[in-house]
Amino acid sequence: MFDAIVQIFGLIFSVNFILTVITASTPLLLAASGELVVERAGVLNLGIEGMMIMGAACGFAGAFVSDSTIVGAFTGVVAGAAMSAVFAFLTLGLAVNQVAAGLALTILGTGLSGLIGAGFVGARIVPTPQLHLPVLTDLPVVGRILFGQDAFVYFSFALIIGIWLFLYRTRLGLVLRAVGDNHTSAHALGYPVLKIRMLAVLFGGGCAGLAGAFLPLAYTPFFIPGMTAGRGWIALALVVFASWRPGRLVAGAYLFGAVTFLQLSVQGLGLGIPPQVMSSLPYLATVVVLVLISRTRGAAGSAAPASLGVVFVPDR
Amino acid sequence: MQLVLEKRAERSATIAIASPLIAIALTLVTMAVLFAILGKNPITALGVYFIDPLTDPYSLGEIAVKATPLVMIAVGLSLCYIANIWNIGAEGQFLIGAVCGSWLAVRTNGTEAGYWVLPGMLCLGALGGALYAMIPAICKVRFGANEILTSLMLVYIAYYIMDYLVRGPWRDPHGLNFPTTAPFDPVATVPILIEGSRLHAGTLAALLVVMLVAVMLGRTIMGFEIRLAGAAPRAARFSGFNSDNLVLFTFAVSGALAGLAGIIEVAGPIGYLQPDISPGYGFTAIIVAFLGRLNPLGILIAGLFLALTFIGGENAEIAIKVPLDLTKVFQGILLFYVLACDSLIVYRIRLIGASSKAVAANV
Repeated sequence: MFDAIVQIFGLIFSVNFILTVITASTPLLLAASGELVVERAGVLNLGIEGMMIMGAACGFAGAFVSDSTIVGAFTGVVAGAAMSAVFAFLTLGLAVNQVAAGLALTILGTGLSGLIGAGFVGARIVPTPQLHLPVLTDLPVVGRILFGQDAFVYFSFALIIGIWLFLYRTRLGLVLRAVGDNHTSAHALGYPVLKIRMLAVLFGGGCAGLAGAFLPLAYTPFFIPGMTAGRGWIALALVVFASWRPGRLVAGAYLFGAVTFLQLSVQGLGLGIPPQVMSSLPYLATVVVLVLISRTRGAAGSAAPASLGVVFVPDR
Repeated sequence: MQLVLEKRAERSATIAIASPLIAIALTLVTMAVLFAILGKNPITALGVYFIDPLTDPYSLGEIAVKATPLVMIAVGLSLCYIANIWNIGAEGQFLIGAVCGSWLAVRTNGTEAGYWVLPGMLCLGALGGALYAMIPAICKVRFGANEILTSLMLVYIAYYIMDYLVRGPWRDPHGLNFPTTAPFDPVATVPILIEGSRLHAGTLAALLVVMLVAVMLGRTIMGFEIRLAGAAPRAARFSGFNSDNLVLFTFAVSGALAGLAGIIEVAGPIGYLQPDISPGYGFTAIIVAFLGRLNPLGILIAGLFLALTFIGGENAEIAIKVPLDLTKVFQGILLFYVLACDSLIVYRIRLIGASSKAVAANV
């Protein structure tokens, strides 16, 4: 038992551990970043899983056909945004219940991605190259961690910093938060509530599509139907976990990435823990974290945007 | 051009009845386009999907078999959704119900146990589903955790619990290493209604559930409370109804029904526990609930229709070589159209051009 603990600690403090955690966390961070903006605008899009898997299927298809990761990533973004456009039309245009529409998006995305991806199962592509700077990347320990990642990883950090700047340092970000907290007042002040929400939803869709595309382009060099495996739902939970704040979102995404890695590596140690226990760990962690975070918030009131998930129909 | 919603003075009764039909019609048109894109003749393809299963008795029986779990789960879920409570983890409650009921079947396998086994299994299944549903319900009322996310996460966990059991302790030692339990004894099996088909007594149970829930919803205080909580949450609060109790109640009932559906499925058409006992019944049931307008009778009809798509999809895969995923696409599109058409019950849609908008602004 003691040996096992020593082994687990050895794993946690290895460079490999950090590298794997980064890879496991990036799709969560990308998808959750987009959803954070969507929810800050007051829209609850539960369809991340569907947009992600569409991003994965279309992203792989794009990369396979064009032989280019950039084209693949771009196709993924477009696919995710296209899916979210359907959601936006229903929830914003027709004032449909957001929970139900989000579920429909996930069901549709799962089916459609299977249809699109069917032709590509078994195909392989060249995985996204990782940065290699002469000297810097070869530095011991920090070299590979800081200067040896693929473009998705760097982009995910640029994205969340950009979102932070946008939300807290720009006028439009302030308006977006106002729309999410009180759409009636924002409308009365003359802000185009539905237009802002639509742009936010499209942005969120693009991020989810990119997160999905990351999986077959950088995580594994092939496409498997259903390869998102609930990551979209975990991303949703992360936004709650982060109390709708960008900084905490990064921490949350990396925490969950670490849990995913633990699941893979503990299996290799042969401790006699059934693999199913380890596989259910990220989901179990999500439930526990949601309970803890909701509990500690308790009396202080929810940190959620006040108009989150509430249908808005402007009166003229 | 701009799309504008106008609230109707009152709900349109005509559209309330017509909306599911419009939605189905629109879905069929979309599917025809999709078939054409896939290079199939749309008319033949739609015929294979929706008409052929209705023409032979065996397929008709299969539709009833597939509709049984869908209707049972959807009726329970509709209670939650009417009250604006979001249990979307019915799939997990279905699996756990199947596991709990199967425990008794596995324990009594090959023994002289009598006719009490099946009733015992059904009770355990319902109880297991209800208890599993209590996890998100309690997390919500006690800690305020979002029930959508917790109930969904528990689906994955339920799957791994079942997977562990059938690959580990419950695996049939004579099963050639397949991850299944031993076939259930006859006393642990739901009786077949018509010889030569797979139609089983569980279908009758589903019909009974539909009737009971219809009575409960329309004729009892609890039913009134559920409807009130959805239609006028503030009024419900002022009249002293406890929303926490409502969450616990609706989760317990929907969990129990999903669990019951799970054990009936395993003890009926399948006959043993194995890792893939559900083609996503718990999720399809969400569509059934909405297509049926959250009304028990409507759900019965919607359940039969969705079951038709499952059978039609299986037929189409063999007959015209279209991927099975098409069924999911179809279901997703259907739910979109249903939701969109429902919006027309409450709102009138106006397309406003740039000029008339200016006029409207002056009025």
